[in-house]
Amino acid sequence: MKPVRQTIKYEAERDPNFAREIAAIPGCENLPSCFQCGTCSAACLVSTFMDYTPRRVIALTRSGFKDEALRCQTIWLCTSCYACTVECPKEIQITNIMYALKQRAIREKVYPKGFSIPVLAQEFYKLVLKRGRSTESWLVIRLFWRTNILKILGMARLGLNLLRTGRMSFRADSIRQTRELQRLLEAAEAEKGMAK
Amino acid sequence: MRYAYYPGCSLKGTGKAYEESLLSVFRTLGVELHEIEDWNCCGATSYSSVHNSAAFALAARNLALAEPLRMDLVAPCAACYLVLEKTKRYIRNHPHLDERVRRGLQAAGLRYEGNVRVRHPLDVLVNDVGLDAVRAKVKRPLDGLAVAPYYGCQVVRPYSTFDHQTYPVLMDRLLEAAGAKVVRYPLKTKCCGGSLTGTQPDVGVRLAWFLIREAKKRGADVIATLCPLCHFNLDSYQDKIARTCEKVSVPTVYFTQLLGLAFGHSEKSLGLHRNIVSAHAALASRSLATAG
Amino acid sequence: MEHRADEPRIGVYVCHCGSNIAGKVRVAAVAEAAALLPGVVVSRDSKYMCSDPGQEMIQQDIREHALNRIVVASCSPLLHEETFRKATERGGLNPYFFQMVNLREHDSWVHEDADAATEKAVDLVRAAVRRVRFHRALEKTEVPVHPDVLVVGGGIAGIHAALTLADAGKRVYLVEREPTIGGHMARFDKTFPTLDCAACILTPKMSSVKAHPNITLWTYSDVTSVSGYVGNFKVVVRRRPRYVREDLCVGCLECIDACVYKEGRVPDEFNAGLGKRKPIYIPFPQATPQVVVVDPASCIRVKTGKCKSTCVEACDRDAIVFDQKEEIREIEVGAIVVATGFETFDAARIPQYGLGVYDDVYTSLQVERMVNSSGPTLGEVRLKNGSTPRSIGIIHCVGSRDQKTNRWCSRVCCMYSLKLAHLLKEHTGAQVYNFYIDIRAAGKGYEEFFDRLREEGVNFIRGRVAEITDWTMTPEEEGRLVIRVEDTLAGFVRRIPVDMVVLAVGLEPAHDAQEVRRVLNIGCSNEGFFMERHPKLAPVETFTEGIFLAGCCQGPKDIPDTVAQAGAAAAAALALVDAGRVELEPNTACVVDEACSGCKTCVALCPYTAISHDRERGKAAVNGALCKGCGTCVAACPSGAIRQNLFEDDQIFGEIEGVLVHA
Repeated sequence: MKPVRQTIKYEAERDPNFAREIAAIPGCENLPSCFQCGTCSAACLVSTFMDYTPRRVIALTRSGFKDEALRCQTIWLCTSCYACTVECPKEIQITNIMYALKQRAIREKVYPKGFSIPVLAQEFYKLVLKRGRSTESWLVIRLFWRTNILKILGMARLGLNLLRTGRMSFRADSIRQTRELQRLLEAAEAEKGMAK
Repeated sequence: MRYAYYPGCSLKGTGKAYEESLLSVFRTLGVELHEIEDWNCCGATSYSSVHNSAAFALAARNLALAEPLRMDLVAPCAACYLVLEKTKRYIRNHPHLDERVRRGLQAAGLRYEGNVRVRHPLDVLVNDVGLDAVRAKVKRPLDGLAVAPYYGCQVVRPYSTFDHQTYPVLMDRLLEAAGAKVVRYPLKTKCCGGSLTGTQPDVGVRLAWFLIREAKKRGADVIATLCPLCHFNLDSYQDKIARTCEKVSVPTVYFTQLLGLAFGHSEKSLGLHRNIVSAHAALASRSLATAG
Repeated sequence: MEHRADEPRIGVYVCHCGSNIAGKVRVAAVAEAAALLPGVVVSRDSKYMCSDPGQEMIQQDIREHALNRIVVASCSPLLHEETFRKATERGGLNPYFFQMVNLREHDSWVHEDADAATEKAVDLVRAAVRRVRFHRALEKTEVPVHPDVLVVGGGIAGIHAALTLADAGKRVYLVEREPTIGGHMARFDKTFPTLDCAACILTPKMSSVKAHPNITLWTYSDVTSVSGYVGNFKVVVRRRPRYVREDLCVGCLECIDACVYKEGRVPDEFNAGLGKRKPIYIPFPQATPQVVVVDPASCIRVKTGKCKSTCVEACDRDAIVFDQKEEIREIEVGAIVVATGFETFDAARIPQYGLGVYDDVYTSLQVERMVNSSGPTLGEVRLKNGSTPRSIGIIHCVGSRDQKTNRWCSRVCCMYSLKLAHLLKEHTGAQVYNFYIDIRAAGKGYEEFFDRLREEGVNFIRGRVAEITDWTMTPEEEGRLVIRVEDTLAGFVRRIPVDMVVLAVGLEPAHDAQEVRRVLNIGCSNEGFFMERHPKLAPVETFTEGIFLAGCCQGPKDIPDTVAQAGAAAAAALALVDAGRVELEPNTACVVDEACSGCKTCVALCPYTAISHDRERGKAAVNGALCKGCGTCVAACPSGAIRQNLFEDDQIFGEIEGVLVHA
């Protein structure tokens, strides 16, 4: 039997600054105007698989239930199709809020265990930082190396198909000015004054 | 007509056929593309999941590289198109972000003044080249070929500057100009599953299945896409869909491949041989297959 | 004590306005600073200057300290300028020896920093003190008021206002744009929450309008210009040709049967496009007047001149006259009631909802007609394929509460959706789903009606529908419309297949509201509804004196509220015309003859046509009754020959110096 849990929330469990911090990120400004109509959830094709619907993620974020908002699967299932954003009657850019939550979850290392999406995001990030371009084959291998190496066998057929049709190679693509690109990214990530 | 060209990573890998067909169609229509030097990955959706300002700076490097060419920048991949457009808008509207991006570009010896117009090939074909010019080049009209026009998300959303965000029509018009029969396809802007097909196949593959199943129900011979990831998801997972959802099969092709066929180009030159679910039989059934 | 009469003795009063001003501005400090200004004899602060003790204080100080100028620093002059002028007058001074400072809207409400706000308050008070010393005694003028009233718009608001005024013995002109009065209400089936039939309660009033000896009813007519001023408006009405003589037609309708079109060809406006009508038609059986009308856009005779004109032959009263021309009528009235109504939101602007794409998606107005026993289906609710719907979805807030279309709540859609849910269930026995964001049932008996609907088994799902689609997933969805919505109370997304969808469209300003506004010279709010003078205390007045508002042209409202407002507008108009005379503010412009070069620049610029050019003297002259004191001519006069009471140069410069010079 599933253990019975107490579900009440106390004020002490809220992070009163969380909503303000998220709303301060460019593109997330309209967070406070949500009136919980659920258009976002209904417009989203993936919402049927989410642990919290997008509307609930907005509610959690706005009320400062940071833990729930950052640990949920929803933010990682968002494919950035922007359906919610264009349908929202309050013009809340929900996709951007999902990005903001993902960034925060990675920074605070609280993403759900065994979920390969945040791993992919970080592997992608590293690959691009190193080479300036992404090469699908490399990415897939790195991903399964970090999550479940056995799963790669399930991908073998697809990989062979792609090799056969000339759509995949194991040679990692790269730009020439990788050093400059790294400097660029470091400078943009650094807080003001730290960059040099 | 001359444009700066940003192919993006996919068009050099899994989406090779998109580039092949795009270049070949543009050549026929007299549209020149100038690939920008040493372009880098746009960051797609993943980079924004990790760091905000760096994601914009990454994309801005491409805008900075394109700006001196003084031409509109064509980005065929939906994700690239969106990320470049979004970057442009965000650094214009958010001074704090603009300052960070500027700082980043400066560190790489670059600058961007905000003067690059980002274009999708669909926009270029309909609004710059024009449907009449397209029609004039049609040698073998796609008579009777039933096409489900699938736009996916990021070309039209959230910034659709040239078509409706939920019910776009320009690809419909373009394919009709090439003689195709465009079927009513209510899922034309629904999500293909994005990268979930790989990371969370129980979700992603299902989304791809919805799209293919509905195209079949609507009587489509092929699905036309304008994004390499949409194409990948719809083309590459049909065997998995058959195993986990339902056996249903419709070949997926790039809209540029269909245009190329109408212009009389060979299947091979348009990269149609790179499909996993071959479109050859569907084309042959409408007498549109080419030798080689 | 003796004082030189020309020596200013100024009293300054700084109001706390409870905490509205005192919450940000240190009012005691402002009063102390004002006390030191030259000419200030008394300077006080008070919790509420507009209260009786506050006004009494001014009167007493005038007497005790021989004050001859008064400055009150409080709220907007819109609210209380009149109050304080009267207090000044009661104290024995000319009321125009008064100046008001708006510390609330211009200072405490808009600033964060208390120090800066206090400093600004002192600056503003200093400006008023410097200005008021230059004020002069002015006299109000009185003009007679024309006793007739014009009512524009013949919906329930206009009908009710017209009847109220006519019953009080006033002559009323009721001008309606459509061929019949009745407006939107005539198209409704039942009315919430009592479910009494709209026609049953409306049509007797329509007949009363027609029969009333004091009402002149002009349908198919537009007000094309309004000039003049309160009590004395000159109005031009254009009566469009209906190609039928109203004095002869008795509404036998034989001409309609005789029309060369055997079947209706044109989408029937009255039935929201559900049925078809002929080019010669009567909008609905109880139309008032009972006179047919020829639609010039579809009548072959009007368009080409070539038609057998069987209608003319059929009419044994010779009422059909194709050479009828438009008529221009000029009338004079003392007051105008504007009741031009609303339009419903065009749901095709939200393509996700499929209006015009899917057969069985209807607007609420279409469904009103569909369930009506005299509607195009005679009250039968049928799908396009002829069958009866087994399940129906009603979508609330279509074109309301939406940043992309209309931001406001349309106030009536919740309740009319509940009503339609009841009626549809009654007519079809179908499962009815209401999709809502919030249910707004704040009127008398409304919440009880909502209870009743729940008891009747209507489904309520809290969630805004994202999409209506024919993309089906399961066998039960096959061939039906699928509504995709989050059930926000349950916390998951649902797909609900229905046979019929009703879009509860919101209310918006009429498409030509801006034009009407310009003709009448009244204001409107951002969203385009006409603006009342004060949201609470002058809800039927406009900023143009003598013009009053009733009904949805001022903002969305239901029938009870509309009728109440129409009654109030009629009463306000009655109070004006019944008094017979009206006082005019003396803040008008006047021409200094010696300086006027007769260039006529001002004549063309005056928006109120108050300035004429006296050819004999070669000078401009301002009609004080028409002048609204806008100051355009004063600013435009190249010779500086026009002055304006209360805005004299010395007054304005005094005020500017007061703000700029830190004394």
